[in-house]
Amino acid sequence: MKQRNDDYNTRSEHLKKMSDHELKAYFEKLTDQIIDPLLDLAYRYTTPAIERSVLMRMGFSSLEAKAITEKMMDYHLLEHGAGHVVFKYAQLHKLNMRDAGLKLLDTHEMEKIAEVFTHEAN
Amino acid sequence: MKPTDKLDIREILTDLEHYRPRRRGWIWRDKMPIDLGPFHYIQASPSLKNSIPLPSARHLNNIDPQPDSTITTEIASGRFEDDIRRMRMAAWHGADHIMVIRTAGQSHMDGLLEGTPQGVGGVPITRKQVRAQRKALDIIEDEVGRPINYHSYVSGVAGPEIAVMFVEEGVNGAHQDPQYNVLYRNINMIRSFVDAAESKKIMAYGGLAQIDGAHNANATARDAWKVMPELLVQHAINSRMSERIGLRPDLICLSTVPPAAPPSPDLKINLPYAIALRELLGKYKMRAQMNTKYMDSSTREATVTHVLNLLISRLTSADIQSTITPDEGRNVPWHVYNVEALDTAKQAMMGMDDLLSMLELKKTGYLYDQKREIQERAILMMEEIISMDGYFNAVEQGMFVDSGLYPERMGDGIARSIDGGIGANTIIKRASDYLAPVTAHYGYNNVKQYDPSCEDHPEKLIGGSTFEKPELIQYIDELDENDNVNHRLDDTEKYRKTSLIKPEVQWLGDGVVTLDLFFPTDIRTAEAAALVVAKNMNLSQAEVIHKEVLHPAEGTRIQLKGTVNFDIDTNDLVLPEKEDVLEEEEILAYVKDHHIKVVAGTGGSDEHSVGMREVLDIKHGGIEKYGIQYEYLGTSVPIEKFIDAAIELHANVIMISLIISHDDIHYKNMEKLHNYAIEKGVRDKLILLAGGTQVTPELARSYGMDQGFSRGTKGRHVASLIVKRMKEMYED
Repeated sequence: MKQRNDDYNTRSEHLKKMSDHELKAYFEKLTDQIIDPLLDLAYRYTTPAIERSVLMRMGFSSLEAKAITEKMMDYHLLEHGAGHVVFKYAQLHKLNMRDAGLKLLDTHEMEKIAEVFTHEAN
Repeated sequence: MKPTDKLDIREILTDLEHYRPRRRGWIWRDKMPIDLGPFHYIQASPSLKNSIPLPSARHLNNIDPQPDSTITTEIASGRFEDDIRRMRMAAWHGADHIMVIRTAGQSHMDGLLEGTPQGVGGVPITRKQVRAQRKALDIIEDEVGRPINYHSYVSGVAGPEIAVMFVEEGVNGAHQDPQYNVLYRNINMIRSFVDAAESKKIMAYGGLAQIDGAHNANATARDAWKVMPELLVQHAINSRMSERIGLRPDLICLSTVPPAAPPSPDLKINLPYAIALRELLGKYKMRAQMNTKYMDSSTREATVTHVLNLLISRLTSADIQSTITPDEGRNVPWHVYNVEALDTAKQAMMGMDDLLSMLELKKTGYLYDQKREIQERAILMMEEIISMDGYFNAVEQGMFVDSGLYPERMGDGIARSIDGGIGANTIIKRASDYLAPVTAHYGYNNVKQYDPSCEDHPEKLIGGSTFEKPELIQYIDELDENDNVNHRLDDTEKYRKTSLIKPEVQWLGDGVVTLDLFFPTDIRTAEAAALVVAKNMNLSQAEVIHKEVLHPAEGTRIQLKGTVNFDIDTNDLVLPEKEDVLEEEEILAYVKDHHIKVVAGTGGSDEHSVGMREVLDIKHGGIEKYGIQYEYLGTSVPIEKFIDAAIELHANVIMISLIISHDDIHYKNMEKLHNYAIEKGVRDKLILLAGGTQVTPELARSYGMDQGFSRGTKGRHVASLIVKRMKEMYED
């Protein structure tokens, strides 16, 4: 930001008439205004770390979760959810989640499930 | 666990893969008024089953009043196995919130660390390390009789995974604030906020208390007090975001530091700020942290600043009172300074118990005007952030951690690019079929495509996640075959399994000692001279850790650390005889049937009388309590007068207090007393006892006394000795 002198006295004129109570309510309103777009962004996006954390909750170690997520990233599958990909693969092959996820470390298996998701999107 | 037994680190590591935490979530202290001895405390909590009271408590029946606030200590020496021992010491001194600092650089690691590698300035936070410490804290909390909260950091580019691991492992609290990532760790801001939402959702599920990162602005800004308006903004963003994601307001804690420290006018700056903050964000909890920004290497100066911080806590509020070790300005904290900081908090908080029932903070004038101005400045900053098109743009333009007092801007804020930093361009838009079949997931989640009945419980799609079925958790023991706890334990095993010991400041067997020196010289000469002292004392790795000018020419104080290169075999030690004190009934019975009369006073030119009165008076548990009669001669009593008075009053015991010890005057006076008794022909009829803070029993006996008594002597010790000596004199 550019340098600027302290213009608090003029800048704050509109706040002077507010009671302490009103000031607090205004502070809370502004806080929500700043936060709304941040929460909306988080609602609509995911990240590799979030997907790894999903896989950990599904019973994978941190190392497995990292390897599976990286592989899925290569096949642009994370937009569907890493857990989703494992879940769908497990359903198709009647496997438990762990076996399904570890099998997906095999490039061939990952390609197959990627095709399933591409097909469904079309 | 017996208080006399050491924690067995290998035992804690045994069968760790099957350990499950006994609970999840944060626990506050039971706050209630308590009665202890003659005192009634208001802002208090129940006493501990096992604890170490303040040193002066020995005059007050060892009462150990505990404040109402949760008390934090931060421990992380780089070796978690040594930190566990420090946690136990800290708990005995009143800590019930143990915060573990992460090793340098962990926030930039894209994924979890595993195993137990050694850290730098902290420990690598791994599942094994966390599990071992939580398991140890279970033992420790049973020992002290109060739940202990275990805490570390959910930040960096692996935040959500760490949050998952923390919930699985029963970690009770964590720092979580995306602004910290953005401003101080240069992690991409968009990535940080998206990750943070997931982390917070997970923490909410686990009932963890969250602490934000606003205090870092104090530590980073050029003039810490000028960021006060911004601190309100930072607190508000993180707290409100957390609340809307689902954290309970009573588990959202604002990390607030009084920004200024002496020699600035501490309270005039810090008190209005503390009130401004609590007024606007009072629905959340306050984690009062101590000032680190203006810490230097003087532990005394740091302690005074911290006591002023504690005054702010008592004048406003502190749900969690954090402590900073007074040595943080000169080294990674040592055992003893964690304990000192805890004692400082306990001492000051109980000393200022119920302060606000006697004082009232003014609602007009400077305090009010200042508070209101800080709040208005914060609001103006928020208005401008919105006018700049939101938070991300404001950060990009350098709105935060500017050294001007907002709205003043110096143009030196920390600016981060929206597309820059670690993890930039890694967020992924969720497709319409996006699914995460797990508990505690934030955001869009298309569960209904598979089973609409699972919408509130996505984990049911897979039959439960690790949060419901901990048996699914995958435990990794070690990844590095060299850098791990087993090797470190082997290296120091002789200090665990044999009779060898070494002095220690942080790691078992580290051998570090400190010297406190004064030289009658200028500072540069003193520093060089101190290193010569270390060399001649065979200390290796000597380093000056503190220097303080008493006068530019007359003298300098130097504190120096160094390492000793020898072990001590405890089997070879000659321990001073353990005093064998008689039972009270035995003393009472003997005194009842025998004539015992004491003549007492402070000898020579010495006006001290407190110690002597305590050993004599019934109200302090002195010898009078056992029916022993005494004649108190007063202070500065000539040595001859003790003997003359004893003869005249038919006394058989003389108790002489000798406090002043320079030039060994106390021992010279003992010798004089002994010789005068011989001269008068009464030595064999008298029991001569000398007491004083610098009196060594062995030396006192060598100067002709029947016994000497030092610091910590009670009436019972003296009465017991008198009875035993009388028995020897008259029954043999």
